[in-house]
Amino acid sequence: MDLTDPLILARLQFAFTVSFHIIFPAFSIGLASYLAVLNGLHLLTGRHVFLDLFAYWKKIFAVAFGMGVVSGIVMSYQFGTNWSVFADKTGPVLGPLMGYEVLSAFFLEAGFLGVMLFGRERVGPRLHFFATLMVAFGTFMSAFWILAVNSWMQTPAGYAINDVGQFVVVDWWAVIFNPSFPYRLVHMLLAAYLTTALVVGAVGGLHLLRDARNTGARVMFSMAMAMLTVVSPLQIVAGDFHGVNTLEHQPAKVMAMEGHYESHPDGAPLILFGIPNPAEKRIDYAIEIPKLSSLILKHDLNAPLAGLDTVDDDKEPPVAVLFWSFRLMVGLGFAMLGLGVWSLAARVRGRLYDAGWLHRAAVAMGPAGFVAVLSGWITTEVGRQPYTVYGLLTTAESASSIGAAAIGASLIAFIVVYFALFGAGTFYMLRLMNQPPHLNEPGLDPDEPIRAGGLMPAPAMEATGNLPTDRGAPA
Amino acid sequence: MIFDLATVWAGLVAFAVLAYVVLDGFDLGVGILFPLLSEEAERDEMMNSVAPVWDGNETWLVLGGGGLFAVFPLAYAIIMPALYVPIIVMLLGLIFRGVSFEFRWKTRRGKFLWDWGFFLGSTVAAFAQGVALGALVQGIEVEGGAYAGGSWDWLTPFSLLTGVALVVGYALIGATWLILKTEDHVQSRAYAVARLAAPLTLALIGVVSLWTPFLDAAYLDRWFGWPNSAYAAPIPLLVALAAFFLWKGLAQRHEMTPFLAAQALFVLSFIGLGISFYPYIVPRSVTIHAAAAPDNSLSFLLWGAAVLIPLILTYTGYSYWVFRGKVKSAGGYH
Repeated sequence: MDLTDPLILARLQFAFTVSFHIIFPAFSIGLASYLAVLNGLHLLTGRHVFLDLFAYWKKIFAVAFGMGVVSGIVMSYQFGTNWSVFADKTGPVLGPLMGYEVLSAFFLEAGFLGVMLFGRERVGPRLHFFATLMVAFGTFMSAFWILAVNSWMQTPAGYAINDVGQFVVVDWWAVIFNPSFPYRLVHMLLAAYLTTALVVGAVGGLHLLRDARNTGARVMFSMAMAMLTVVSPLQIVAGDFHGVNTLEHQPAKVMAMEGHYESHPDGAPLILFGIPNPAEKRIDYAIEIPKLSSLILKHDLNAPLAGLDTVDDDKEPPVAVLFWSFRLMVGLGFAMLGLGVWSLAARVRGRLYDAGWLHRAAVAMGPAGFVAVLSGWITTEVGRQPYTVYGLLTTAESASSIGAAAIGASLIAFIVVYFALFGAGTFYMLRLMNQPPHLNEPGLDPDEPIRAGGLMPAPAMEATGNLPTDRGAPA
Repeated sequence: MIFDLATVWAGLVAFAVLAYVVLDGFDLGVGILFPLLSEEAERDEMMNSVAPVWDGNETWLVLGGGGLFAVFPLAYAIIMPALYVPIIVMLLGLIFRGVSFEFRWKTRRGKFLWDWGFFLGSTVAAFAQGVALGALVQGIEVEGGAYAGGSWDWLTPFSLLTGVALVVGYALIGATWLILKTEDHVQSRAYAVARLAAPLTLALIGVVSLWTPFLDAAYLDRWFGWPNSAYAAPIPLLVALAAFFLWKGLAQRHEMTPFLAAQALFVLSFIGLGISFYPYIVPRSVTIHAAAAPDNSLSFLLWGAAVLIPLILTYTGYSYWVFRGKVKSAGGYH
């Protein structure tokens, strides 16, 4: 990798800032829905534990949401600063979609967030529940528009090219519901739910290990494991559909994921492991199952599958990156399925709350969702290379003409600042999670300001009330 | 037709930027003034005075930037690389002060760090915004529909001056906001700061206004050529009027007048900029119409904006109403 090449630096900068960013929404989309469920269950059953869990998780939600928003602002400027040609050419298509993301999701979500975080006593439980639903709906709309943008870059549709070389819209419906969008949306939403379930399960597991009688911990662990049991198999099915869709529209990406350097006219093997050797264009030490890849992708043992030998070298995505990131994602997906099945077995035998090893495994799997989301995004975005708009606009053509020095310096600044600030934020979140869920979970700290909600609803810090470390006595 | 889609959108984007300057200006100003008070309770009071609203204020920046991408992609593609360094610095500054709002309440040991983060982040962001503005006014080198200059073209005495001017100006509206929202010691310090910042701001507005016409003959013609100067003349007159009310309000220790008068100075300066720029969006090289996306992109987003921007404004107004009145040193608005 040539670190004096402005293109490489610009790509690294985008990859770094977007990877940091995606962690927070991946969590907050799922957590918003979980909060809505908790709120609804409390309304329905009247059990106080659901309200306690709501109060517990909303503090963590506020921190994650805030960091997601702040890191997202940077993204909305990166398109212009580092990818100005891309911004100019795709602006008429992607700009309005992003505009809708900002308008609808940002503001609605932010507007109702204040009510969700502070307003239960002021607006009453029903309106409060409605506000929680709107926040969850807002995070969904946010994902909807951003994934429409991303999917259009992967499988562009509904466009024409005007006389100054810009993409312009012929059919908005076709632009938004482009061929890969439904698959990507489902796959990403399920991933967000799984990520959240794993975090909630890990926190529940942790507190069950310390005190198996903690009601809050029992309820959250049970809910998280149930979610995992149901959603992880669904996600594997959704992933398979997404893969088949990718094979149809971006075959080179799938070839790289599978490690198929060569074409297989009568049934392609599934390469489980191996070491990609890009120089020799083969997978060394490959362990493979004959014909399984054809079965998975074509649902036919003997279906022919083309390999990268049919793709020009300069249009080939980086095989080694995709090969590994894809296997990491799939491996973690099956580990999630395993945890879900294990918890189901424990539940059936009535041992869900005293199965120490299950709880330990849940704790260990806590970050797995984030890793899987990141490796999934790396697979699909690196697999888009060498294009930004697949098959139409190359990454090299898309970049701004900015010197390597400026990009390099800003890249270093982003790395330093992100690790320091988001590291601190993550530390504060982990500290919150380390607190056991209480009966009558404390709310707002009287010393702290109320926030109206908005861009970065700081209610966030209402959490401090039960942090013995810094602020004196626990609540 | 005068009010075609591109003009409507230019108005909307300009409104978003103005809303940002007017709203986030005072909370950045509070950050700039943070070191002037050293008592922790007084700093809490300062921060609490903007805590409920700052995040909503900052959203307008996203709408301004996002709006530019959405409806004037060519302008976005030229301006962002040209102002690369100030934009990145501004973003980093805003991130710093944004998380300081949150993290400051999270820790006792580390509180001083977030105090510094709040002050430095606010000051750096304000300075970078002023520099970016100055760089835009002085002109950007465009060739074949793309930025053709280097990474440091923005750095000139003029842009540094506008950077300083914006820091001083934000400090002024920050001080007048504190006059409005606080009492006792904090308020009297705010009066003292405002009395210093007011003449300084006016002097800087004067210098920038006199310098601008000499940057480009077209600006000169816009402000001093006949008959343009007849149309532009109300602006300096209104500035003088706002300055008078600002001075009177400060001298007579009014609470609301200084804030409104200081904001009026910002609005008038912004209108003045609009007069200099029109009909260009990238001064002297790309017009509003040349930069606009095709009409079907503009109208597609206009539907959403027409519904949501009034909602947002209503919500924002409601927030300010809810959090009206004085902030207390402990407990925010409780």
